[in-house]
Amino acid sequence: MKILVCISNVPDTTSKINFTDGDTKFDTNGVQFVINPNDEFGLTRAMWFKEKQGATVHIATVGDPTVEPTMRKALAIGADEAFRVNAEPTDGFFVAQQLAEVVKNGGYDLVIGGRESIDYNGGMVPGILATLTNMNFINSCINLEIDGNNVTAVREIDGGKEKLSSSLPLVVGGQKGLVEESDLRIPNMRGIMMARKKTLSVLEPVDGLKATEDKKFDKPAAKGQVKLADSVDQLIDLLHNEAKVI
Amino acid sequence: MSVLVYTESEKGKFKKNAFEVASYAFAVAKMMGTTVTAIAFNTTEGESLGEYGVSKVMNVKDGSLETFNAGAFSASIAEAVKSTEAKVVILSSSTDTKYLAPLLAAKLSAGYAPNVVQAPDSTSPFTVKRTAFSNKGFAHTQIDTDIKIVGVSNNAFGAQENKTAISIEEISGATDAATNDTKSVEIDKVVGKATIADADVVVSAGRGMKGPENWGMIEELADVLGAATACSKPVSDLGWRPHGEHVGQTGKPVASNLYIAIGISGAIQHLAGVSASKTKVVINNDPEAPFFKAADYGIVGDAFEVVPQLIEKLKDFKAQNG
Repeated sequence: MKILVCISNVPDTTSKINFTDGDTKFDTNGVQFVINPNDEFGLTRAMWFKEKQGATVHIATVGDPTVEPTMRKALAIGADEAFRVNAEPTDGFFVAQQLAEVVKNGGYDLVIGGRESIDYNGGMVPGILATLTNMNFINSCINLEIDGNNVTAVREIDGGKEKLSSSLPLVVGGQKGLVEESDLRIPNMRGIMMARKKTLSVLEPVDGLKATEDKKFDKPAAKGQVKLADSVDQLIDLLHNEAKVI
Repeated sequence: MSVLVYTESEKGKFKKNAFEVASYAFAVAKMMGTTVTAIAFNTTEGESLGEYGVSKVMNVKDGSLETFNAGAFSASIAEAVKSTEAKVVILSSSTDTKYLAPLLAAKLSAGYAPNVVQAPDSTSPFTVKRTAFSNKGFAHTQIDTDIKIVGVSNNAFGAQENKTAISIEEISGATDAATNDTKSVEIDKVVGKATIADADVVVSAGRGMKGPENWGMIEELADVLGAATACSKPVSDLGWRPHGEHVGQTGKPVASNLYIAIGISGAIQHLAGVSASKTKVVINNDPEAPFFKAADYGIVGDAFEVVPQLIEKLKDFKAQNG
């Protein structure tokens, strides 16, 4: 089985978010970048396929050279080979088109991406990629088993879950549940050394549709002071008469 | 050239978000000087959309589409976009809709802006305000394609009545030309209980509860309030509660009217995920817990004393106020 894991380079979940250039750009100053958490669950699941069922695992990222440390981390975790498409990932449609080229040229059976990136929250790359490459698609996937060409998966739905059957080739929008938090791997020294020798190819972007542009950003309005209630009675009174939520 | 809205239903009945997205579509149509057409699947109550500004309902009547299927549903919606020559498509933020939205975007070569929180900033150019950075910020996103897809955040715009004369047309489902052979095998869903996605009230608890055996009072409080139950990330990682209850940056977002956090200190990732909730209440024995800085109301106190009192007093309150 040949697997491609699509990885987005995102600010660490603890990052404070600020904007610069007249609020038109995300301020990367002092921000630590990591593998998008939803992608990392997928990467770890791909490692399990590799170890238990035999698979080749490639990764792909759309971004400038600054994303390479994050890609090397994915290689250190155990991916075999990496592709970086040398373009700014400003729009989900454009990113999906770039990844579709990688998928078409690589002949992958399974493509795993995160359900969404935790920075721009577009949530569209895996689904658009699936349509562009004519592959099956399962989103918000929390369990994935593959036997030959047959796929059994579970996806999250509002208020529960749904079991699905499908077949390869398949694109998955993954999240926690594909593996657990405790299953995530921290690269060890041997992995880091080996990752340096693995191939990281740089591809030039193809012409694509830039469907959206983020013109301006703002931050949520500052929160007023919390009102502390001295008793449960007072709290109920505040919620009923002031907030009017009960 | 109307605005098309996809209104979700289950067993023929519209979900709560259907009226919200219909209201949003009406606001957009008004800005553009046009009308709203809705597409629904096997609904039995299409007329009710007339209360929220919809002029026409295209009801896909197809027994094979009783269960949601992202490929087939997106194919039918794409057909409706073409036949109505709609330039703007309005969707909800449910898990199902977020599954079909990118398929629809690809089929129509349309730009898609999800998690939109208010009526468009402008319709020419078409710019919407949406949450980004997992609710730590907002982006004003311009959609440059001929057809534009807008995903409206849960509980952001609200259902707004705009009584409109409505007609209903029954249509048949489109077949998906793509090779999507993904099929539902089994649905495992809590019935008769509010879900985090559409609950007005969410009661959430963290590690301060000390162990899964203490969740009885959380569930009882949720029952009294007709609320959904949720939890912090450590609690779901420890296996005390199912993953589906994890709310926060890497879990589910919460946009309820009232969010009650019990024994949750308020890590930045958690605060981001619940920040769209309108009123936040914190119960924590640590007055220094970061959550107090992000909350509207709070009680500094031991959850094991406060919560049982709250349950009793709320029961009395509900008895008096219906």
